[in-house]
Amino acid sequence: MKRFAQLLELLALTPSRTRKLNALTQYFREVPDPDRGYALAVLTGALTFRNVKPALLKETVLAEVDETLFAMSYDYVGDLGETIALIWPHHGAEGDLPSLTDLIELFNTTSKSDLPKLIAGLLTQAGINERWALVKLATGALRIGVSARLAKTALAEMSGVDVQEIEEVWHGLKVPYLDLFAWLEGKAGRPDIDQSARFHPLMLSNPIEDRDFEKLDPREFSAEWKWDGIRVQLVLGGGTVSLFSRTGDDIAAAFPDVVENVHGLGVLDGELLVGRDFEAGSFNALQQRLNRRVASPKHLRESPAFIRVYDMLFDGREDIRALEWTERRRRLEAWLAANPQSRLDLSEVLRFSGWDDLGRQRRQGAESHGHEGVMIKLQSSPYVPGRPKGYWFKWKRDPNVVDAVLMYAQRGHGKRSSFYSDYTFGVWKGNEIVPIGKAYFGFTDEELKLLDKWIRANTTAAFGPVREVKKELVFEVAFDSAQESTRHKSGVALRFPRISRIRWDKPAAEAATLEDMAVFIGAT
Amino acid sequence: MATQILDRNLHIRAIDAYIDPSVPRERAIITHGHADHARSGHKAVLATPDTIAIMKVRYGEDCAGSFEALDFRVPYRIDDVTITFFPAGHILGSAQVLVEQSGQRVVVTGDYKRLADRTAQPYELVECDLLVTEATFGLPVFQHPHPNVEIARLLKSVADQPERSHLVGCYALGKAQRVIALLRDAGWDAPIYLHGAMLRLCALYEELGVPLGDLRPALDVPKAELAGQIVIAPPSAIRDRWSRRFPDPVTCQASGWMSVKQRARQALVELPLVISDHCDWGELGQTIHETRAETVWVTHGREDALVYWCRKQGLQAEPLNIQGFEDDGGEGESE
Repeated sequence: MKRFAQLLELLALTPSRTRKLNALTQYFREVPDPDRGYALAVLTGALTFRNVKPALLKETVLAEVDETLFAMSYDYVGDLGETIALIWPHHGAEGDLPSLTDLIELFNTTSKSDLPKLIAGLLTQAGINERWALVKLATGALRIGVSARLAKTALAEMSGVDVQEIEEVWHGLKVPYLDLFAWLEGKAGRPDIDQSARFHPLMLSNPIEDRDFEKLDPREFSAEWKWDGIRVQLVLGGGTVSLFSRTGDDIAAAFPDVVENVHGLGVLDGELLVGRDFEAGSFNALQQRLNRRVASPKHLRESPAFIRVYDMLFDGREDIRALEWTERRRRLEAWLAANPQSRLDLSEVLRFSGWDDLGRQRRQGAESHGHEGVMIKLQSSPYVPGRPKGYWFKWKRDPNVVDAVLMYAQRGHGKRSSFYSDYTFGVWKGNEIVPIGKAYFGFTDEELKLLDKWIRANTTAAFGPVREVKKELVFEVAFDSAQESTRHKSGVALRFPRISRIRWDKPAAEAATLEDMAVFIGAT
Repeated sequence: MATQILDRNLHIRAIDAYIDPSVPRERAIITHGHADHARSGHKAVLATPDTIAIMKVRYGEDCAGSFEALDFRVPYRIDDVTITFFPAGHILGSAQVLVEQSGQRVVVTGDYKRLADRTAQPYELVECDLLVTEATFGLPVFQHPHPNVEIARLLKSVADQPERSHLVGCYALGKAQRVIALLRDAGWDAPIYLHGAMLRLCALYEELGVPLGDLRPALDVPKAELAGQIVIAPPSAIRDRWSRRFPDPVTCQASGWMSVKQRARQALVELPLVISDHCDWGELGQTIHETRAETVWVTHGREDALVYWCRKQGLQAEPLNIQGFEDDGGEGESE
């Protein structure tokens, strides 16, 4: 565990990507199986424990530490894991912790009732750095600035195998990755994964910039609506069906109405939506189904789900990702014709004469149907996992904006701990300001410092971690849509709100009113 | 009542004197030389000889109308009030102020630490009725490790990466000299290179009897010679253009705040060294108990938590919220 804790600390504190990569490569080279495989699982977020959760850690600590002092400390430190590691009051004769493998084994095999005692013992036994790493391991929130991609890049550097090849097999592998390391070290062949029956990393789009249009020939592109659902991959194994989210999580259990009613063989890419007769309902309804791991009868009845498909990765068992989009689309249409489906429909391809025409359609689509924007795809593009440049673009509708007044601020977490970076803002209702939403991004680090300073200087009251401020600072808040809500006193809730500008110059009296908000509700 | 002797802005009523005032006053009693305690422009200053020397070096010979030097443990009587300084162990010359009137005792700690440090006169416990304590590290997450452990980590990093130079961010007064002394005591005999801002104060410490070994200005030393060396600079300089003259520098910072890794990350510190010149949480509580004070006023830092803790112990306690002190300490001078 000591070695792993040192690795985590170095990764957390070294700003240089090269140095991080070197440290990872060295670790994977020098540490034996299965420790290195478990480390890889921790770094890529592939490891979860059934009973070891942040709440259990917190409960263990609160048995030893005053709750108020813990809350004050957490507010100050801004990271639950780090707070626990720093505040733990008992320090034994610092012995070595068990190995990473043994620790994970202990976490998985210790009964729920014995876990607090186990964890307390380990916390006491560990030195400060191992304690920090132990808590990171147990809470699963690393927050050390290392992506799964970086870990895989280190594997590629260590072995000379292309990182794309590693991505290809990744989702078929099992922790602690013995076959992966054997392959990378040339001791065994490439792990044998059933290529058609597993998750395949998705192809993502880039936002289009105004200056892109002059470089792009509209005749080489196709366009579709940008659907307001969630991106999914449907893997039909001929008898088995898997439904994966964008990140590769299997969400089939939440959508039995889809999974039980699809058939055929192939891997499809599309948007999961809710609604009857392929008429997409609100994102809110979908959100409610997503929030449940298992679907309720009420949801199945009132918000049936379907998938609007727009691409095909495997036709039957044939990998067609290297084919051009036009050909994949032809295959997809033919496949749907041969396999008629009650829960799948096809995303329409828009006709347009040029970028101006498409821009007009995008505006009309947003105004009359609430479409999020359009997707633009190079007709000759292969299906490339990740976010390749130049193939797929998203052209989002212009956001709605409203001038709102800052009401409360709260300290951020992680990278922004200690800064007041979470903002609640509101609009006028008669003579008072009522909250309509919260946002914590959309500003630069420089602006954050200025905001933090303004908040400290203009605090009128503090409630625990929350500061109430003078109702004087105006934000231009951008948002995708507004809906009625009981969560806020104003009766309005914003979807995807973010700060688009800080209006240092604008008097609060000129901010929007609740009546102004009415036009946005029901507009989508 | 002890609480009648002193106002909540540390104004001693009977003699109209302020302790560490943040604006110019007729009479000021200065606990130590850090800028958030010692300011220029007071008419009459009472302080320890070392603190006066530090103030004169930092602000100029005539930074106060007049100075009166008072040695530790020597009672100084004005009307019916007696002032006595006791070492606070924070930096060279740092003092706690004991104020006595009508048999009541008030101690204003200034900044203080309990751990031995050969660059400061060692802390002495003073019993009192009212304790005015700092709370820079007044949260139970602050449990400072022994500084020797941290110095050993620095020296290991230097040994492991001989091709890089180690830039240690330290406040120029107190922390820099303490880190140098700790390095010397750990056997680091090589020259230690200094940022220009450190030179005068290190020279002053040596004049006042704190030997620091071979110190050299970092300016104009050829880049290659600084590989494997230790350089001491103010925290602001280690992230500045100034640091580019060093070969592939390891950015270090010596401060009690460095125990919070997220803070170290924010500050782009690659090797955080948890070396503090203040009490940690345990030492604050221990001190409050040992002074046997029945009333505790808390200032300078995370007052809320320490006040809460005192009240749970059955003590009278309140925060002072004095203007002019850093809320979050991040940029404050003393850590």
